[in-house]
Amino acid sequence: MSDNVSPLRQPADSAGVVALTRELAGLIVAALNLEVTPGDIGPDQPLYGEGLGLDSIDILEIALVVSKQYGVQLRADSEENTRIFASLRQLAEYVNAHRTK
Amino acid sequence: MLAYRGGVPILVREFLADVARVGAALADGGHVLNVCSDRYHFTVGLAASLVAGKVSLLPSTRTPEVIAQLRRFAPDAFCLTDEEECALELPRVRFPASRGAAATAGAEVPRIEAGRRAAWVFTSGSTGTPVPHQKTFAGLLECMRVAAERLALTDGRSHAVVATVPPQHMYGFESSVLLPLVSGNALCAEHPFYPADICHALEAVPRPRILISTPIHLRALMAAGLALPATDLIVSATASLSTELAREVEQRCGTRLLEIYGSTETGSIALREPTRTAEWHLWPHVTLESRGEETFAQGGHIGQRTRLYDVIEPLGVDRFLLHGRTADLVNIAGKRSSLGYLDHQLNSIPGVVDGAFFHGAAAADGTVARLGACVVAPGLEAAAITAALRRRIDPVFLPRPLLLVASLPRTSTGKLPQEALRSLAAAQTKPSGAA
Repeated sequence: MSDNVSPLRQPADSAGVVALTRELAGLIVAALNLEVTPGDIGPDQPLYGEGLGLDSIDILEIALVVSKQYGVQLRADSEENTRIFASLRQLAEYVNAHRTK
Repeated sequence: MLAYRGGVPILVREFLADVARVGAALADGGHVLNVCSDRYHFTVGLAASLVAGKVSLLPSTRTPEVIAQLRRFAPDAFCLTDEEECALELPRVRFPASRGAAATAGAEVPRIEAGRRAAWVFTSGSTGTPVPHQKTFAGLLECMRVAAERLALTDGRSHAVVATVPPQHMYGFESSVLLPLVSGNALCAEHPFYPADICHALEAVPRPRILISTPIHLRALMAAGLALPATDLIVSATASLSTELAREVEQRCGTRLLEIYGSTETGSIALREPTRTAEWHLWPHVTLESRGEETFAQGGHIGQRTRLYDVIEPLGVDRFLLHGRTADLVNIAGKRSSLGYLDHQLNSIPGVVDGAFFHGAAAADGTVARLGACVVAPGLEAAAITAALRRRIDPVFLPRPLLLVASLPRTSTGKLPQEALRSLAAAQTKPSGAA
């Protein structure tokens, strides 16, 4: 879609990812009923295990939110899967690149 | 045909060659913790262990604490893995990569003595030590022969069995590994997780195909808004499915949905069609006996009289209604524990003076209800307690919230009502939640 990114487009995309990171933090906190505020989730903090402490049930829930909100269907059998949930920023970048709405 | 991987059939003679190859690679120890994530690898490992006279270990989780307990239970245990990395503190055998050697036609099918112990499965018990339950080869086979009949998988056609549950979980072990093996159907190596993965795994295999799943995965599958591939049977277990969800699954997948009831101790023992009736139909020869609040199952493949940790109302000789779990039982996403076990683990953490888990309120939208915990631990931070718990208990049981309190709301007789813990937690979380 945006393979030939113009120099002007680049900063806008990064800003998009930053905004999306905050938006996803809000969606995740709401969907999982977490005890933290969206601002507490650092963009590079791991979501799984030791970081935010999410498990696979949570990840499935986030996948649902992401499919409803952005039309992105996550797949576990892609190499990308572990990377996608490495952090909020990685998730935002993935959603930003694959969103259909 | 015995299995599929990526839609490609794996024949019985290839399986037999793989079993022989893996059998030669196994360690000397008599107990195997088979953690292969590929369901076909798991099945080959299981068969190779059986042929070699080794017993498979199926713990309910693999935290460092549980692995240490397994080592004490079976000092000769080793782990069979198909992953590059394996953090388990056990001697390790890597699942040997296939050398592509041609499988010889007419290879002899190994014979396994029916009465032999095939596996130990573990429940968490109520005192901090996992409780082992023996599974004989004959008992497992008998249970799955009944399941195959009840699920109508014995019509001579080869059904492809796709499952969203891991082969190491009792339900997955039975329904996604033993059931296809026993009934001449084909298991699928994949372990689909996301809704898109489930659709892909189903589409990859020919019909008739069936889906072995759980309420959590089925709910996600319905909510994802995907076009669902035609499926010939859907099976759910681990928790009761709401009638609404069952109806939606049947309508959207154009097929029947059947639910299995069972426990780690007994394996599968009953079946129902939730859109038709709330009544569970017991396996033939299995009977229930109520003693006060407690219900026991016996007969058939079960062997000795075994307690069921659910509130059960028997109806006649072969049917019953399920009215939820007993107060101490915890079941989250098919993982079972008990408040007693979890409290014991919590109170074993250095610095914890007193602490108790409590059941969270069930959510109306079908999302998973988590546990909470109130902890008295002067000088410890909540994060440190959570980190210590993570080494001891399965992550699904980690408390949300974990609240540090000055004292627990014990009654004058020392009892700790669940409701009092919930109220305490609600009172503590409100201010920050409103902020």
